[in-house]
Amino acid sequence: MSGKSIFKKVYFSNIILGLFISLFSFSAWANEPAAAEAAEHAPQQEEKFDAGKMILHHIADEHEWHFFTIGHFHATLPLPCIVYTESAGLQVFSSANFKNEHHEEVPYQGLKLEHGKIHAENGETVYDISITKNVASLLLSAVLLLSIFIGIGKTYKENPHRAPKGIQSLFEPIIIFVRDEIAKNNIGEKHYRRFMPYLLTVFFFIWFNNMLGLIPGGANVTGNIAVTAVLAIIAFFVTNLNGKATYWTHVFAMPGVPKWMLFIMTPVEIVGVFMKPFSLMVRLFANMTAGHIILLSLVSLIFIFENAALGIAVVPFSLFMNVIELIVAFIQAFIFTMLVSTYIGSAIEEHHH
Amino acid sequence: MELITPDFGLIFWQILVFGILFFLLAKFAWKPIIQSLHEREESIDQAIKLSEETKKEMAELKAGNEQLLVSARADRDALIKQAKEAADAMISQAKLDAQTAANQEIEKARVAFEQEKVAAVASIRKEAASLSLDLAEKVLKSQLKDKAAQEKLVSEWIADVTLK
Repeated sequence: MSGKSIFKKVYFSNIILGLFISLFSFSAWANEPAAAEAAEHAPQQEEKFDAGKMILHHIADEHEWHFFTIGHFHATLPLPCIVYTESAGLQVFSSANFKNEHHEEVPYQGLKLEHGKIHAENGETVYDISITKNVASLLLSAVLLLSIFIGIGKTYKENPHRAPKGIQSLFEPIIIFVRDEIAKNNIGEKHYRRFMPYLLTVFFFIWFNNMLGLIPGGANVTGNIAVTAVLAIIAFFVTNLNGKATYWTHVFAMPGVPKWMLFIMTPVEIVGVFMKPFSLMVRLFANMTAGHIILLSLVSLIFIFENAALGIAVVPFSLFMNVIELIVAFIQAFIFTMLVSTYIGSAIEEHHH
Repeated sequence: MELITPDFGLIFWQILVFGILFFLLAKFAWKPIIQSLHEREESIDQAIKLSEETKKEMAELKAGNEQLLVSARADRDALIKQAKEAADAMISQAKLDAQTAANQEIEKARVAFEQEKVAAVASIRKEAASLSLDLAEKVLKSQLKDKAAQEKLVSEWIADVTLK
């Protein structure tokens, strides 16, 4: 594949992405003043519903899995806290210890939970590797992925020449789609097989976690910057460790460009090397978080205006947004995989000119 | 700000979970899936190719058969033509031979008949001469029985001679 068409593709998909991001970020931004306003009024009226706080609480990570609250009943699943401090060493305990019987936050063994973060009361650094809501959801998705795809893998191994059946026929077109439309098109016939396991894992990991996040009560895993950052860093290493001579000459000494231009081009290209995975990180994070914010904002409207009749307008619209989010869940997985494969494709491409 | 600050714990778990996931899926899921998808596509491809080749061969065979048939037909026609020509030639030769043989026979018969006729005419002439001589003799004999008659005749002849 020629470089021109890669650029065209990236360019085109960037336009779509730009539209998506700006659409979502606008909604998220538009929501902020309302949240700030609600926060201002919060201390005066205890009962007043605070949409901003509720939304931020929902999209953030937490040490327990909160499902719903009815009156004074809190349906929560306490999760294990795994904490390392220099003075106390490794501690493993239930997150329920941070709450007393009145559901108020209390310190436990010199540690206190503040705004979803564990701090030491004596001020020392806390290494918190607790199984938080996101980690629990992550593990759940991993179990789901493993049981589904290893099961499918077995079926393929047993009868490789048969037509697919059952769950196998649900995922086969998607696997073939990833292979033919994403990997083969962008990486090329010669090298694509080497990257298939990585691309498939990324694709299904993002898709499954996006979908799990849309279930009410689900965690916002792919809308968490830590998760997308790790995915982006892995993409960075996969791309650059496979970079061929052509790729590096394009970064450090773009051929066919006047020498003096290189003083401008090379720094831009080097920034580009880091910007590509950075954009991957932000794109996935922003899209998924924004989607959650929109859905929660729509539902919050009913509580802000304290009018159930508003549900007539809000429910169909949030249903519509939910369907959009289901599509976005797939599109984001596709775009992440697609862009990673274009980066890999441009890194391993040889004899360009 | 909290939203865009990566959490240490989550980074740790994400690396761990994604790493294990990648390793296990790559080994137990993607490898057999991609391998057998590849194999299946190959076998389908080969089957299609084989059927196409067979079709082509069949077509070639059919074309060959037709060609054979055409040439056989042409051979047969040529043979028949040749045979007919030979037969015709033989018949005409035979006719010619028969004609000449018949002509010769006829000629021979005619020649023999001619000879017979000449011989017959000659013998008839001879017969007629001797018969007429006999007749003349008999007539003479009967007329010259008496002396008077003989003398009369002699005298007539002598008279004739004298007159001359």
